[in-house]
Amino acid sequence: MSRDLAAADRVLRLPPRFPAPRAWWICFGFALSLLAVFFVSVAWLFGHGPGIWGNNIPVGWGFPISNYVWWLGIGHAGTLISAMLLLMGQDWRNSLNRFAEAMTLFAVTCAGLYPVLHLGRPWLFYWMAPYFNTMDIWPQFKSPLTWDFFAVLTYLIVSTLFWYIGIIPDLAAARDRARKRRWKMFFGLGALGWRGQATHWARWQQAYRLTAAIAVPLVVSVHSEISLLFAAGPVPGWVSTVFPPYFVMGAAFSGFAVVSMLTVWLRWMLDLHTLVTLRHLNMLGYLLLATGMMTAYGYAAEMFTAAYAGGKEAETLFDRFSGPYAWSYWGAIAFNFLPLQLLWWRRWRQWPITLFLIGLSVTIGMWMERYMLLVSSLYRDWLESSTGYFHPTFWDWGVFAGTIGLFLTLFLLFVRFLPIISAFEVREEAVDG
Amino acid sequence: MVEAGRPFALLAAFDTPERLVEAARAIRAQGFGKVDAFTPFPVKGLEQALDFHDRRVPAAMLIGGIVGGAGGFLMQVATNFDYPLWIGGRPLIAVPAFMMISFELMVLGAVLAAIGAMFIVNRLPRLHHPIFDADGFDLSADDRFYLAILADLDFDRDEAGKALAALKPDAIIDVTQRPRS
Repeated sequence: MSRDLAAADRVLRLPPRFPAPRAWWICFGFALSLLAVFFVSVAWLFGHGPGIWGNNIPVGWGFPISNYVWWLGIGHAGTLISAMLLLMGQDWRNSLNRFAEAMTLFAVTCAGLYPVLHLGRPWLFYWMAPYFNTMDIWPQFKSPLTWDFFAVLTYLIVSTLFWYIGIIPDLAAARDRARKRRWKMFFGLGALGWRGQATHWARWQQAYRLTAAIAVPLVVSVHSEISLLFAAGPVPGWVSTVFPPYFVMGAAFSGFAVVSMLTVWLRWMLDLHTLVTLRHLNMLGYLLLATGMMTAYGYAAEMFTAAYAGGKEAETLFDRFSGPYAWSYWGAIAFNFLPLQLLWWRRWRQWPITLFLIGLSVTIGMWMERYMLLVSSLYRDWLESSTGYFHPTFWDWGVFAGTIGLFLTLFLLFVRFLPIISAFEVREEAVDG
Repeated sequence: MVEAGRPFALLAAFDTPERLVEAARAIRAQGFGKVDAFTPFPVKGLEQALDFHDRRVPAAMLIGGIVGGAGGFLMQVATNFDYPLWIGGRPLIAVPAFMMISFELMVLGAVLAAIGAMFIVNRLPRLHHPIFDADGFDLSADDRFYLAILADLDFDRDEAGKALAALKPDAIIDVTQRPRS
């Protein structure tokens, strides 16, 4: 009990007395160099247009949209860990939820940038919004592309607010804990004058729990909606009712993989062994294994429906097995599901290095899956004339690496300057015993 | 200095949440009207002890959700009448196709209303509060749970002080408003 209290106190002191400045600077330097790649790639894109990328008719989407789906899927795990486990009274989530939610924010930021960059005329992105305009027209509300705009915007706003009201009490505690004036000012402004009044806590809990309750169906709706970008199009390999649950499961799977990696990394770098115990690694292993097997079931269901449909659908399925993009299909299967099987054993779940490597493998595997679903369906459809290969260019990879840099930069700033673990919830739990 | 301001509240500090909840019950039973507490984290049972029955946050959320959902749906209906788009053989008012955005805006309206109501009813954000002047007030401490009798018009310092002292707190602290300059 008192060990947890001491550890929670340490979390509040992390920003003013950061224990691993050297490791942080090394990571931050790496992140900043990738961020530079992002700015160069985007500047080049703005100067020359999307022609610098490999996507063209018929594969009009290519990297931007498959990476968009990948990033957004990663984001969902933070909300699920935080909101779903809160409602189910799983207190072990308190050690993970704060940075998992931060991961959500930054992953959704990276995701949200991609469709805008993909527009061709990105400065006109606000045309997606319904507003009174001199052209006298409105968005096409029957299109999944418009649904997408509302879904991602809502998700970004809701997850930001959920994260922020969750961090306010810790900012207030860090404000009171800080000795230097600049830290007091910094935390004090962020805490918005929080003073722990009992009636405030009661209303805060109402708002927090209700937001959590509505955030879970929101996650499901957002990623179902993303899948409809694909499933609502008459393209073999896409038009399937299995897509919404299949996408949601894959999203949770890829997100838990990234949460596992971040957990192992932060636990090691900041010596959080008291708060993030072997039990947490074990639980993450379970989550990864469970969502992974559900995703595997999705693969089987998708394969079955395509084979059952026959015709062009089955042709696309067999083309995925042995066509020019077979590497992405078998790569997805291998990276997603083979190392995953180690997690059936407690020993491997609790060994940080295996958990990290399996998380990395799943992250790569899920990226291949998004790529495979998109490219192998688009590059040849009903007409022989609409056949054309997709090859990513240097700038495709540049923007992709750049978004990873953006994510890492934001995440490292969060790690350096804010309480990365929900200290007040850990203390509440420790005192309640 | 301290005497310059009007009293804001009288605090009694306890070292465990259990003692705080007990004390809150006792003080409420003696008929003090404006009783509140200051704790570093939410304390179980304190809401009941303080007889907290404010349902404005859930009510705001319900209203926000209804307004968001209905508004989202009607927006799509209205814009389709204003600029008809006959697409994919769907009817002009394609209810299933409108459900996605109606749902998202329902969620958005509900969450904005709930969190907005929480801030407004709690009178946050604010830059300063008299409680921050209280001796040793520190939300990062694990052994400071304050019971507060808030000063209203017929606040009697001695009566409140006696009632709190009877509960044997670790300390009794006067909190005053800062004088307006």
